Amino acid sequence: MSVFSTFLRRIPVLCALFIFIFSVARGQHGEPAQAIEEEAEVEAKFDASEVILHHVMDDHVWHLFDGHSGTIFLPVIVYSPEKGLDVFSSHHFYNDHHQQVEYNGYKLDGHHIALTSTGEHVLDLSITKNVAMLLINAVLLVVIVLSVANGYRKNSGKAPKGIQSFFEPVILFIRDEVVKPNIGRQYEKFLPYLLTLFFFILFGNLLGLLPGAGNLTGNIAVTLVLAVLTFIITNINGNKGYWSHIFWTPGLPWWMRFVILPVEIIGIFTKPISLTVRLFVAITAGHIVILALIALTFIFGSIWVGVGSSILVLFISLIELLVAGIQAYVFTLFTALYIGMAIADHEHHDDHH
Amino acid sequence: MDISYAIMGAGIGAGLAAIGAGIGIGKIGGSAMEGIARQPEASGKIQGAMLIIAALIEVAALFALVICLLISFLK
Repeated sequence: MSVFSTFLRRIPVLCALFIFIFSVARGQHGEPAQAIEEEAEVEAKFDASEVILHHVMDDHVWHLFDGHSGTIFLPVIVYSPEKGLDVFSSHHFYNDHHQQVEYNGYKLDGHHIALTSTGEHVLDLSITKNVAMLLINAVLLVVIVLSVANGYRKNSGKAPKGIQSFFEPVILFIRDEVVKPNIGRQYEKFLPYLLTLFFFILFGNLLGLLPGAGNLTGNIAVTLVLAVLTFIITNINGNKGYWSHIFWTPGLPWWMRFVILPVEIIGIFTKPISLTVRLFVAITAGHIVILALIALTFIFGSIWVGVGSSILVLFISLIELLVAGIQAYVFTLFTALYIGMAIADHEHHDDHH
Repeated sequence: MDISYAIMGAGIGAGLAAIGAGIGIGKIGGSAMEGIARQPEASGKIQGAMLIIAALIEVAALFALVICLLISFLK
């Protein structure tokens, strides 16, 4: 018992050590770019911006660690009216000297796949790094939530045990502090969507911080889809008061309502746009800062800069953990607010004409 | 005009964004300190609200940072 409690007290130190080792390990990733370029007999300096952008953006190849066994060549699935559906490994796009070649009439044009004959882009449905991360996130979400639900069913009336005891306070916090006060009476209708949203963004943010992981919630397409879902749910459930406030704003002289109308219509769209950009920028900028600090080691080429930058990366990673949780909370909070505003019952009928 | 002017502008823009974030979060921190000094028993709630608002302001500064980064990667 005493050994266990000593271990528990050491956990914060162990976590810091863990994050420190991970940040150093992440730094070693710059090696393959350098080694490969030296093989190609080009005097290549370490291009920090290219490495950073490559780590933050999506890719068909997943570099877990250096060496041939550390790269996963994800499948490419393309469809075009000329050639139909084609599925092949992205390994075919790279020859033995790690240069890009064309394959079977397709070539890599920047990050898009284009036909070699006409140069136009094809419909790219491949499993890229971000898609694979999204699937991993979905599986993790299903496993964790189902085990919490099972635990709740088995332990009903008793104290929660295991993973249920970790997630139940979080679920109750979202229900009691975020959803119920903002939505009001009909909160149970929207609770599944909001809880899924919160845990999806939280797990996506945290998974993106692991070394070798893809940047899931830092992809503007992912956050755009989440914001569009919120937009659809808000506007489908908007009641008469919501729409009348937009198109025929009460409390104003009748001619001014036509002036306010375009502003209100733009206001419908700025809400999901702000949700999209807020989550995307917070996560991507955090990743870029961490990668830039690691790249400092390779720009200076000195081991003391490496030690210093690893300590800085440790602290910035702790801030990023906080940002991961806060951005998930803020997205869910704003979604709950927008839904609440859309379905609010009007109590103040007296100051309308 | 040289591309170097654009990159210099990006650097200045990133610095201004940092100033904006610093002022904003500084004001939040200042009011949070005052609130905690007045009412130490509310310090938990004030700290929680301060962290969340700081994250929102930081995102606004990061908007500008991302645009400056995009400019600095021009060829």
